[in-house]
Amino acid sequence: MASAHIAGVGMTEFGEFPERTGRDLFGEAGGTAIEDAGIDREEIDALYVGNFMGELSENQGHMGPLMAKAVGIDAPATRIESACASGGMAVRQAVKDVRNGEADVVLVGGVERMHNMGTTGATGGLSVAADDLWEIRQGITFPGAYALMAQRYFAVHGGDREDLAHVAVKNHANAANNPLAQYQTEISVEKVLDAPPVALPMGLFDSSPITDGAAATVLVSEAYAEEHGLETPVAITGTGQGTDNLALAERDSMVWTPATEDAGRRAYEDAGISKDDVDFLEVHDCFTIAEVLAIEGLGFYEEGEGITAAREGETAADGELPVNLSGGLKAKGHPVGATGVAQISEMTKLFRGDHVNSDAVEDAEVGLTHNAGGTVASAVVHVLEVAE
Amino acid sequence: MSDDEISNDGYDQALDAIENGEPYALECPEGHQSMPPRQVCPECGASDLEEVEIPLSGELLSYNVTYVPTPDFGDDVPFVLGVAEFDDVRLTGRVQADAEDVEVGSAVEVGLGESETTGRPLVTFDLA
Ligand SMILES: [Zn+2]
Repeated sequence: MASAHIAGVGMTEFGEFPERTGRDLFGEAGGTAIEDAGIDREEIDALYVGNFMGELSENQGHMGPLMAKAVGIDAPATRIESACASGGMAVRQAVKDVRNGEADVVLVGGVERMHNMGTTGATGGLSVAADDLWEIRQGITFPGAYALMAQRYFAVHGGDREDLAHVAVKNHANAANNPLAQYQTEISVEKVLDAPPVALPMGLFDSSPITDGAAATVLVSEAYAEEHGLETPVAITGTGQGTDNLALAERDSMVWTPATEDAGRRAYEDAGISKDDVDFLEVHDCFTIAEVLAIEGLGFYEEGEGITAAREGETAADGELPVNLSGGLKAKGHPVGATGVAQISEMTKLFRGDHVNSDAVEDAEVGLTHNAGGTVASAVVHVLEVAE
Repeated sequence: MSDDEISNDGYDQALDAIENGEPYALECPEGHQSMPPRQVCPECGASDLEEVEIPLSGELLSYNVTYVPTPDFGDDVPFVLGVAEFDDVRLTGRVQADAEDVEVGSAVEVGLGESETTGRPLVTFDLA
């Protein structure tokens, strides 16, 4: 199947900017992506924007038209919502448009404003990605839900908080020199273990931070890139999506994520590759345990064996399979609706050689992004390849 | 429940049944069980669902100790939240015990309690 070529990427600094509105953040990221692509705004045929909780954080729905004008375009504009997978799902819609000929040039982005809600407000806002009746009314939070998965994992497969701490240590190390990351500091296993509890066994440093930010990408058809002499060194060659029961308790297993498995399998098939072709990953590490479940669900580790990957250095920048060279959600930050697009943006720069960690993947040809919503009731995977 | 709260058909009756010590699930002809409200079985789509009793006693599959709450549970923290299995259905609920006394695999009994913050009803698990 035809590929969607990546003509440009943009991302705001991720961090604590409670005074910045969604439109302001998106205007910056979208403008950066358009400038990076070197195209005229009038050339854009469609806009997709991922956002999860604008209604709750800044009393703002209907973001398609708002964000179109925030970047100065007239194209048909639509918001996509799938909790923390909103950004990745927006990318998937953009890829489909380019592939089926609906559009030659699509701007896809994501945005989230969170700090203005405060910690309790943001915790409440994020919780609405769960089942209201049987989870939210019982007091579930997202750190709490992933804590349930982690505790179950320890009981079924073994491992402990120290194993998970290595995931946080690795991702902080990857973010240390990333100028757009929220946490540009290395941490130790001890610091993770001694951090204040959020929902045990998840502590503060097992958790991705509350983050304000936006990211955007310009996707073009191969024909358009050729016609207009655009440099598109990276293309999205595969996309896949999976869906599961919304409530964690309704799943057959609390430690296996079929939505990730399905999204991965479909993306591999779509791109015509196998997992063995993949050189590096950006996965949805909203909590340390989430990275473990992701690398297992995507087939890189057997069930129950992914928990030692970070501790053994296998997923480090200099390991066999680098995971989250951007710093991941954990250290780069997690403005939820922007995350899936930020993964594409960061991976593109890693391939192009203009990312601070590009040296780690100098000869890489295939990368994979994995973005999940809720307790992985939604998952979306994209395969990125160096374009010939 | 406060008088001004909108009711939720199916859910409210299921909570009442838990409170009365007679919890039930919905079962399809294939034997799949799920919690209401449901128009169809979430597993197979069958619309012929009937109420079947589920046991009061179950097994705790996992738990956490929640310190950072949503606004509706601001006065409740810290609390232990668990997922427990009752034959073929699993429920999320408040474990009414100190964390140090709780283990994965603990036997629990389901009941009904309320949020200390809002007074809203919630599913509870007592260690058996
Ligand atoms: Zn059924």
